[in-house]
Amino acid sequence: MRTPVAERAKGWARRAPLLPALVFLILVTQLPFVVTVVISFMRWNALAPDHRGFAAFDNYRAVVTDPALRSSVGTTVLLTVTVVLVSLVLGLGLALLLDRSFRGRGVVRTLLITPFLVVPVAAALLWKHALYNASYGLFNGVLTWLWHLFGAGDPPQPDWMTDSPLLAVELSLIWQWTPFMMLILLAGLQSRPADAVEAARMDGASTFDVFRHLTLPHLRRYLELAALLGTVYVVQNFDAVFTLTSGGLGTANLPYTIYQTFYQAHDYGRASAQGVVVVLCSLLVANFALRTVSSLLREEITR
Amino acid sequence: MTRGDRRDGRRVRGAALGLLAWACGIAFFLPVAWMVLTSFHREPDAATNPPSLVAPLTLHGYREFFGVGGAGVSPWPPLLNSLTASVASTLLVLALAVPAAYALSIRPVRKWRDVLFFFLSTKMLPLVAGLLPVYLVAQNTRMLDSIWLLVILYTSMNLPIAVWMMRSFLAEVPVEILEAASIDGAGLPTTLLRIVGPVALPGIAATALISFIFSWNELLFARVLTGVVAGTSPVFLTGLVTSQGLFLAKVCAAATVVSLPVLVAGFAAQDKLVQGLSLGAVK
Repeated sequence: MRTPVAERAKGWARRAPLLPALVFLILVTQLPFVVTVVISFMRWNALAPDHRGFAAFDNYRAVVTDPALRSSVGTTVLLTVTVVLVSLVLGLGLALLLDRSFRGRGVVRTLLITPFLVVPVAAALLWKHALYNASYGLFNGVLTWLWHLFGAGDPPQPDWMTDSPLLAVELSLIWQWTPFMMLILLAGLQSRPADAVEAARMDGASTFDVFRHLTLPHLRRYLELAALLGTVYVVQNFDAVFTLTSGGLGTANLPYTIYQTFYQAHDYGRASAQGVVVVLCSLLVANFALRTVSSLLREEITR
Repeated sequence: MTRGDRRDGRRVRGAALGLLAWACGIAFFLPVAWMVLTSFHREPDAATNPPSLVAPLTLHGYREFFGVGGAGVSPWPPLLNSLTASVASTLLVLALAVPAAYALSIRPVRKWRDVLFFFLSTKMLPLVAGLLPVYLVAQNTRMLDSIWLLVILYTSMNLPIAVWMMRSFLAEVPVEILEAASIDGAGLPTTLLRIVGPVALPGIAATALISFIFSWNELLFARVLTGVVAGTSPVFLTGLVTSQGLFLAKVCAAATVVSLPVLVAGFAAQDKLVQGLSLGAVK
């Protein structure tokens, strides 16, 4: 017969390998958040340290009524949804193209994943200066070149970054995230059972039928996974907004706005309240996302 | 329509789709190609309209970037800082994640699923929310502008992903073999080395790759928490552009150099990249 003490010792022996990671993560990610909640109820501006005190809900009132923050919530949603959806659709198209065999498929796959492997800040600098720049960027350069080629004068030279700043940020992010979506969806396509497709084709199913009734259902969990992970990363994007537009012209998303409040205004209380509001909002999204992952995980287990 | 016609039609369509794939690949690669080409041009040739495709090639941009000739700030400290932060945090991530994944898969603790989701939920919360307290703590413990602070933060940033990935790899270790080994009297070290090891190694490689890439790329924390001493390459890149006239070749050279480690690692381990990005759900 086992004694309760031995039983408990066994339980701790099982838990022991888990504890370092768990404790580390709680210390580094959960504890700061508790501090954030505390500071969010304080009046605390680094430029006026003597003025520190309890502020009750003042910071939250300021945050909720702040038009800049409200617009940055809208920008974040718009930016994330656009980038994730467009990359997902493009990624699906590219994955379908790469799922067939053709000459040089490996090379094309390598070409396609390159954008994802460029360091985000480097990519943003590349788009800002080498591609978008109105006077010597590649885009306008190609326009000039095309117009000259056909003997037309006065090529259009749009100033991409000021004419449509949000689109400029979105385009550079879509360029970086499409390969990510493509890689996950391609792996999904290649795990599709080939015999089912073969059988459907034998029965005279068209390419579209196969896609609609076999490929798409099989891809569902890969699409969900790609969209979910893409969202987690794009929502938090800071590099592109910071480098391309410095949050100007209506491109400031939430991470950038919080950074700005903290870094430039030195208003610790309000930055914390912003952080808490953002966390509460992401908990709503995360709750939904975790449910998706949970169903994915169960499928993986029963597989 | 005869059978031959249909076969021809299919072949033509196949060739067309292959061409389309090539066109897409080239279109996506074009900006990177342009970046590399521009980095080898002289400044006057780099910033022309229409673009100059054929211009004399030079290493001038790279020489400028590396500060050869004494002008400008040397990029070596930031590059080394990035290397330290990425490698050290990746090692720490593995040291923490592998045992944790073991306790979530091979000899699972009770409620292992809840623990697993706790790990993932920390990844869902925006990092910026914790930025301020981390800054304040760092300020009071004299950890500001220290590379080790970044190591700790990058470890916490990549740990949830790593635990998920390693668990999905270790979950593939067949339980029957483990039981058979223990019946045969194999001790824990032998079991780990002989049975778990071979399954875990590809997972460890994928985890390390992803963790390295994300740490190498990180900007926000590095920008806020470091200064002249511990600044990393992304921070250095953001400070590169000044109003000092022509600089495009230098910027492109810098972007190329900083991206090179990630490009090389990613190309060399494309399959690991997919496994890592999908948290191990795709193998």
